[in-house]
Amino acid sequence: MTVLRTPGGLSLRWRARSLAVGALGTLLVLTLAVLAVGGGDYPMSPADVLRTLTGQGSPAETFIVRELRLPRLATALGAGAALALAGAVVQSLLRNPLGSPDVLGITQGAATGALVVVVAGGSSLALSGAAVAGGVASGLLIRAVAGRHGLAGHRLVLVGIGVMAMLTGVNGWLLTRAPLMDAARAVLWLTGSLDGRGWAQAGPLLAVLAALTPVVLLGGRALSTIELGDDSATALGVPVSRVRQLLLGTAVLLAAAAAAAAGPVSFVALTAPHLARRLTRAPGPNLVASALTGAALLLAADLVAQRAIAGQQLPVGVVTGALGGAYLVWLLAAQRRAGRI
Amino acid sequence: MSGGTRLGGVDLTLAYERRTVAEGLTVDVPDRSFTVVIGPNACGKSTLLRALARTLRPHAGTVLLDGRDIHALPSRAVARTLGLLPQSATAPDGITVADLVARGRYPHQGLLRQWSREDERVVAESMAATGVAALAGRPVDELSGGQRQRAWIAMALAQQTPLLLLDEPTTWLDIAHQIEVLELCARLHSEQDRTVVAVLHDLHHAARYATHLIAMRDGRVVAAGDPKQVVTAALVEEVFGLACRIVEDPETGTPLVVPAARRSGDRLHQADRAG
Repeated sequence: MTVLRTPGGLSLRWRARSLAVGALGTLLVLTLAVLAVGGGDYPMSPADVLRTLTGQGSPAETFIVRELRLPRLATALGAGAALALAGAVVQSLLRNPLGSPDVLGITQGAATGALVVVVAGGSSLALSGAAVAGGVASGLLIRAVAGRHGLAGHRLVLVGIGVMAMLTGVNGWLLTRAPLMDAARAVLWLTGSLDGRGWAQAGPLLAVLAALTPVVLLGGRALSTIELGDDSATALGVPVSRVRQLLLGTAVLLAAAAAAAAGPVSFVALTAPHLARRLTRAPGPNLVASALTGAALLLAADLVAQRAIAGQQLPVGVVTGALGGAYLVWLLAAQRRAGRI
Repeated sequence: MSGGTRLGGVDLTLAYERRTVAEGLTVDVPDRSFTVVIGPNACGKSTLLRALARTLRPHAGTVLLDGRDIHALPSRAVARTLGLLPQSATAPDGITVADLVARGRYPHQGLLRQWSREDERVVAESMAATGVAALAGRPVDELSGGQRQRAWIAMALAQQTPLLLLDEPTTWLDIAHQIEVLELCARLHSEQDRTVVAVLHDLHHAARYATHLIAMRDGRVVAAGDPKQVVTAALVEEVFGLACRIVEDPETGTPLVVPAARRSGDRLHQADRAG
């Protein structure tokens, strides 16, 4: 623990290890970003990228960097960070390491919204809006079913799983109703993909992230108190019920915004907070480290998805699903070896 | 305020979603007392404590802290006056004792006041007072039951509240650790001048350590007062449905409940007299 105190009575405290993880995470994200913007069918050196960014590139280079690669990069980083923050908040609030917006049916709700637009026909903007609306609607549905006092623990998880199962059924039905071409497009969206993402998708996502990240970070201290149990947190002066509703609502919006931009990319929300905690070795929600891990994870997965098989692009959701699933199995095995389950 | 009361409940109706636990319950916690609430299982004693600690909102009636409705007071201000060791406390994975105790400082901290010298001093003092200073760097989940309970009490102490509520602090502990925790509570009361309220199962412990006893049954207060006057054979019979004799605790002179031996009680009684 490092403490900084000023004569005015201000004091800040942080863990050296968490700070180091944050710095390394930022470095990793920057490195991956350079690779992402510089690589592809038209390779560019980092110097070229920098020149283009400062407005000195050729028109073709300017178009490739500003209109193709940067928005895709921004979507990957934004969706990764948003999903990871949502996952960290949900895991912390539920005191359940397997909690995530996927498990609660939020991303399925977003998918339902998007599929309705696919079936009914509509622009990609309408699809994004419908995805956010779907995610928020399923969040409200879960709250209505669980009740105001049921937003804690197992009850919320069980209600969420129920809602998710119902929405999966609805989504399947919607897919059978869609014309074949649209159904193919819908399945690609459902897998989670960053192909062809422009500023129309990246812009709103970054705006939501910029607005909600401070809310989550400000709630961080209350979150680590709620981890001690509702009664302890109340006794310590945290208005538990209000904080829980506010932060769950924020997590729903973050997950829905990420799904609207990149599709319901699986496992990032679940895995990133776990990885962050292993790296920082700090108890509590590890919000900043989680966000950085999520951003790095999704960007790295997208790089793999674009370049793993020559001449063929995979949807990023395939990679995160495979990596995340493998990580989960490894985690279970490690926990079993440690005698925890 | 000596002899007065800072904390109490007036005409409380306490209920969980469908089950009403108590109606028309009125209690006072005398200032600077070590108050112990006893009663059989499901008599509402823990529910009462939760209401006093404002973790359970009464359906009717008011919990008063310093003369005002506790739910109308800012939650941070209450948290600087009244601390709680709940039954349901869970330690996050891998948290160390020092980290746990530090979380008790929450109501004194802020975004720009994360770790003052005062925080540091109080956390160190709380760990010293509960004898967990040597365990500061150890993860809580590796501690023994008694050590863990002392770490949690240290967290509640770090909150620095004049009133401290403990919900069954000795449950799950072996006899030596039970006494250790009770001695600690008694010290907090006598040396640090705190008002301590604890829910206990063991009538003997209650009679020995309490300065004020509240005996409950079926959501009602059957008797309240000095344990030496309150703990009688008739009361134990009424509250617990247990026939017993009361003798003097040879160590402390406090009432000691000796359950009657079934059937052969008379014979024992005679043997006792003869001896």
